[in-house]
Amino acid sequence: MNLSDQIIQFLLSGFATGAIYALIGLGFSIIYNSTGIINFAQGEFVMLGGMVTMFFLTSLHLPLPAALVGAVAITTVVGVLFERLAIRPIRKPTPLNLVIITIGGSILIRGLAMLVWGKDTHAIPGFSGEEPIQLGNASLLPQHLWIFGITTLVIIVSKVFFNYTISGKAMRACAFNPRAASLIGIDVRRMVLFSFIISSAMGSMAGFIIAPLTMTSYDVGIMLGLKGFCAAIIGGMSSGLGTVFGGIILGILESLGAGLISSGYKDAVAFVILLLILFIRPQGIFKRADSERV
Amino acid sequence: MKRIALLAIALLLVAGLVPALAAQAPIRIGALFAITGPASFLGEPERNTAQMVVDEINAKGGIKGRKVELITYDTQGDATKAKQLVNKLIKNDKVSAIVGPSTTGETMAILDDAEKAGIPLISCAAGSKITDPVRKFVFKTAQNDSLAVARIYEYLKKKKMTRVAVLTVSDGFGSSGREQLKAQAANFGMQIVVDDTYAPKDTDMTAQLTKIRGSQAQAVICWGTNPGPAVIAKNARQLGLKLPLFMSHGVSSRKFIDLAGDAAEGIILPSGKVLVADLLPKKDKQKQSLMAFVKDYQGHFKAEGDHFGGHAWDATMLLRQAIERGGDAPAAIAAELEKTRNFAGIGGTFSFSPRDHAGLTKDAFVLVEIKNKDWVLVK
Repeated sequence: MNLSDQIIQFLLSGFATGAIYALIGLGFSIIYNSTGIINFAQGEFVMLGGMVTMFFLTSLHLPLPAALVGAVAITTVVGVLFERLAIRPIRKPTPLNLVIITIGGSILIRGLAMLVWGKDTHAIPGFSGEEPIQLGNASLLPQHLWIFGITTLVIIVSKVFFNYTISGKAMRACAFNPRAASLIGIDVRRMVLFSFIISSAMGSMAGFIIAPLTMTSYDVGIMLGLKGFCAAIIGGMSSGLGTVFGGIILGILESLGAGLISSGYKDAVAFVILLLILFIRPQGIFKRADSERV
Repeated sequence: MKRIALLAIALLLVAGLVPALAAQAPIRIGALFAITGPASFLGEPERNTAQMVVDEINAKGGIKGRKVELITYDTQGDATKAKQLVNKLIKNDKVSAIVGPSTTGETMAILDDAEKAGIPLISCAAGSKITDPVRKFVFKTAQNDSLAVARIYEYLKKKKMTRVAVLTVSDGFGSSGREQLKAQAANFGMQIVVDDTYAPKDTDMTAQLTKIRGSQAQAVICWGTNPGPAVIAKNARQLGLKLPLFMSHGVSSRKFIDLAGDAAEGIILPSGKVLVADLLPKKDKQKQSLMAFVKDYQGHFKAEGDHFGGHAWDATMLLRQAIERGGDAPAAIAAELEKTRNFAGIGGTFSFSPRDHAGLTKDAFVLVEIKNKDWVLVK
C-alpha cells in the first residue's frame, strides 16, 4: 500500500471524526451565541445520548428508532433541568460564575451516570450493519454515512431555524443585544431555555451516532466535549459553517498527525491549534473581527 | 502493696495468659483492594473472592480450629491511601499477613512498610518490579507480563512469522507490555517493524492501523485494556486488515467479546486458564481448583469468576496452606510461603523459592482464540 492510498484513508477517517467534532461544537456555539455562556456540560449531553440509547436498547429492549428518540427526549429534559436549576437561579451571571457552574454541572451529570450505569464501557450495534464500504483502497463503515447524513441534516435545519423562523430570529436578536431584544418584547430567558433545548438535543444526537464506532461509557464526555469546544473556537463560535469547518479541519489534522508523525501527538495537535487560534485569531479563522454572526 | 499485686496480675495477664488465649482468638488477615475508583474492575472481584474463601474456611471450622478474620480496606486505587491503610493494618489491626493491593503502583508504594514491619504481603498486581529484586516478605500471585509476551512470540515463531507491529496503550499497563515486547523480541528472532501507541481514551485508531497496513508486518500485537482494543478490532475489520491480530491478557474477559462483536472473531490472546476452565484436559493440574472457583463464584455473586478474582483466591489459599503448616506468626508464614511447591491455583501452578517470589512459569498462560463469540484453546 503506497503513501497516497494511506493519505486518502487518513483524510477519510479524519473527515468522519471531524464531522462528530463539528456536531458537538455546534452545541457549544448555539448556547454561546444566545447566552454568552460556554457550556462545559455539552460533552455530558453527548455522553447521555450514547448511554441512554444503550440503556433503552439493552435493558428495555426497545427497537432502535424508539431508543434514539427516547435518548434525545431524556437528554433534552436533562438540558432543561440544567438550565432551570443551575443557570437561571444565578443572581450575578458573570462569565466566571457561569463557567464554574457548567463545569460543576458536568461533574454532577457524569457522577450520576456512573451511579446509574456503572463504570463499564458499553457497545451499541451499528445502525445498518458493520460491513465496511470500500472506496478505492480506503474504507468506511455504514455508520460513517449516518454521521455525515445526520450532521448535514442538523446543520441545514439549524440554518433554516435561525434565519427563517420567528424563534430563531428572536434568539439571534438576543445574541446581538439582550437588552434591546427584551425592550422589543422578546423573552430573553425563554430564548436561553430554547438554546439549551436545542444544544442538548444536538449533543445527544452526536452521542448516539458515534457510540457504535467508539463505544460509550460514563466518562466519554470530557474528551469529546473538549474536542467539540476546540472545533467551535476554530470556527469563531459561529453556529453555522465556521464550526463545521473547524471540526473537520481538527479531525483531519489529528488523523494526519497520528498517521504521518506519531500518534502520541494526536491530542496535542488539537490543543496546539486551540492555543494558536486563541493567541493569533481569537475571533476564529473564518471570521472578520468586526462582524457579528450567529 | 495492693497496687503492686494488681500490677503483677496485669503483667501476668499480658505476658502469660494472652498467648494461651490467642490460641482461641481468630487469625487476623488484612486485605487492601481498589474496590472503588478506576481500578475497581480489579478490586471488586478480588474483595468478593477473598471474602468468599475466608467464609468457606470458617464454615469448615477455620484453620486448625481457629477462625479467620478478614479485615478489608478500600484503597480506591490510590497509592497514598494504600500507604495509610497498610500502616493501619499493621499497627492497629495487628494482622498476621496482608493480601493485595490490586495495582502495581499501590503495591510499590507499600512494599517497604510491609518489609520493615515483617508482615508477609501477597500482592494481586502484575508488575514484575514487585518481586524483582526479591524481598523477604513480599510475594505476588498475578502473572508477569513477560510470560504473556513469551507465549505470543513462541506461537509466532512456530508459525514462522518474524515481523510484527506493536500497538500499545500509553498508560502503565501498555508501556510495561511495550517494554517486554521490545526486550524479548531478539530472543525469539522477532523484528518490530512498527512501534506505535494510542491514548487510553482514543476513539479512532484507523490512522495507526493504516500505517501498519502499509508496513512489512506479518502480525499485529496490541497491548491494552478495554475499550481501546475493541476499537482497534473494529477499525482493523473496517480497513480489511488481513494480518493476524493478537491482544494482551488485559482483555481476556467476556466483556471484550461483547464490545468488539463480530470484529473479535479470530483474535488470539494469552489468558489465564480460568477463562477456559471447562476446555482444559482432565490431566491439567489446575483444572480442579479452577472448576471449584468458577462454580463457587457463580453461586455467590451470579457473575463469572475472572482471573482478577483468581489472584485473590490464590493469595488467600497460599496463606491458608502456609498457616496450616507453620502457624500464624508473620515470620513463620513468610518462611512457609517460600516453601510452597506446585500449588495448583487459579493463576497458575505456584512454586516459590528464596530467589523467586512470583512463582509462575509461562505455563500460567494459555493462548485462546475467539471463535463464534466464544473462547477456543489454541494448540
